[in-house]
Order: sequence, then structure tokens, then C-alpha cells
Amino acid sequence: MKARVHVMLKNGVLDPQGEAVRHALGALGFDQVEGVRQGKVIDLELTEGATEADVTRMCEKLLANTVIERFEIELL
Amino acid sequence: MRAAVIVFPGSNCDRDLAVAFEQAGFSVEMVWHKDAALPDGIDIVGVPGGFSYGDYLRCGAIAAQSPICKALAAHTERGGYAVGICNGFQVLTETGILPGALLRNAGLKYICRTIGLKVETSDSAFTEGYNAGDVIDIPIAHHDGNYFADDETLAELRDQDRIAFTYAENPNGSRDDIAGILSHNRRVLGMMPHPERAADSGHGGTDGTALFRALAGVLAPA
Repeated sequence: MKARVHVMLKNGVLDPQGEAVRHALGALGFDQVEGVRQGKVIDLELTEGATEADVTRMCEKLLANTVIERFEIELL
Repeated sequence: MRAAVIVFPGSNCDRDLAVAFEQAGFSVEMVWHKDAALPDGIDIVGVPGGFSYGDYLRCGAIAAQSPICKALAAHTERGGYAVGICNGFQVLTETGILPGALLRNAGLKYICRTIGLKVETSDSAFTEGYNAGDVIDIPIAHHDGNYFADDETLAELRDQDRIAFTYAENPNGSRDDIAGILSHNRRVLGMMPHPERAADSGHGGTDGTALFRALAGVLAPA
């Protein structure tokens, strides 16, 4: 079983890296871009019987810092 | 007076911090991250700067899960003193010992220079050697020093006089110019600037010395 965890900065938390990417896209002439947010994707290979609740606990304890980040779990 | 300095793989200010403690009169024990307990009779724990675990995942995130950090959390819950500098501050927020988080610098650049640091409160064992309002010269050296906390937490820090230091000129986008904060009981300090790098005349400045001397004064056996 596999799970994919998406970790993104919460709305309202400044994302300087996303902003830098937005500027760079603008400099390349991509004026269609109004905003960029950059995050992380973490793929987990899980043992048989692991549950989404287990992955949620992993996110809360380590994979995301819930002070600044939100996470979404995708079971693959 | 005994200080412990935690050493993680990737710590690089651990010896500087140890020297600063020693010059203020502490005997210092270096403690390895895999140790599950602090030595007995430790008066203060120093969490040093550096790049613990290569800053993997988030700065301080892996260090915060190490065995010694469980002992550190128990020490602070018992009312023990601790100071986290730079990466040490990041570790203290990742463990939840201090509120908030340190984000990537707003300008995206790693910044390494001496800045003006304003002392916001002299009401702590760390800052009583200064006067509130003093501006001292202390080096910063960080890529992720942009302090973030939600509005409610910031209001609480302000109302409880727990903002220890602010930047005279904000270098990194920190909310409310925050450079260092105190715990509820004022016995844990986290700060991004490096007082241990301004604690010897050979450093080019000694404005950090008063922090370690004040601590020694408070923690000296009565």
C-alpha cells in the first residue's frame, strides 16, 4: 500500500519561494501567472494494514508542522 | 553551575556555545543527541546553532524527534532553564517548547552579518543584564529565521512581555520584527541571533557576554 502526502504552507503564511518562482515565470514572459505556492510531496510505502489514520498521525507528528503547514493524504 | 550543550549531527555552534558558558563560569557537558537523559544536576541546557540532520524535512524537525529532545522537554516541563540559538530556536519551536515557527527568510537569501538587536524586556534570567530598549550588536547567520506565529499567539507574546529581542531593522520578514521569545515561565529563550559569537574580544564584539553573565548570576548557588 502506498500513500502520497501533500504538504503546503497554510493560506496567509508568506511563501517566499513561491513568490520567487512567480517572479521568475513573469520574467520568462508567462504573464498568465497570478500566484505560486510551493509545497512538498512525500510518498510513503506502507505495510499491509496501515490506515489513513496512521498516516494522519505521521503528518501531525513529523511530516507537517501544523503551525504553518496543512497536509492532504492520498491513498494510492 | 552546570550547563549541558546538545550536539546533533550537523551542529556547528556547539563548541562556541560551550566556550561562552565556560567564560561565564559554568562547567559544561556536551550531550549527544542519542542520549536519552540529561546528566544529573544540569542548571541549563543549550541547544546550539547549525544544521541538525542537514535541515532535512524542515529545520529542526528531525532533531526535535531525537531521544535527547524528549529529555529536554521533560527538563523544561519541570521548570528547567534552556536556551536555543538559531537552529536551536528552530528545534525549540519544532518540539513545541516555544510557540510559532521559523520560515524561509523573506528575501530567500542566507544572511550572515552583525545586526542591531533591540532588547524588548529585561525581565528574564537571560536579559536582565541589559536595559529594555538597548540596541546591541549581535551576528545573525541563517536562511530560515523568519519568525511566524498566528495573530493570537503574537498578542499573547506581547501581552505577557515574552518578546525578548526584536530586530532594529527587520532582515528576514519576521512578524513584529521578532528575533527571540521567552516561554510562559520565562525560563526558556529561543533566538535566531548568536550571542555566543559576540562573547569574546576576538569575535569583534562582546555584546552577547551580558546574556551569559546574567544567567550565571541567576543560576549561581545562593
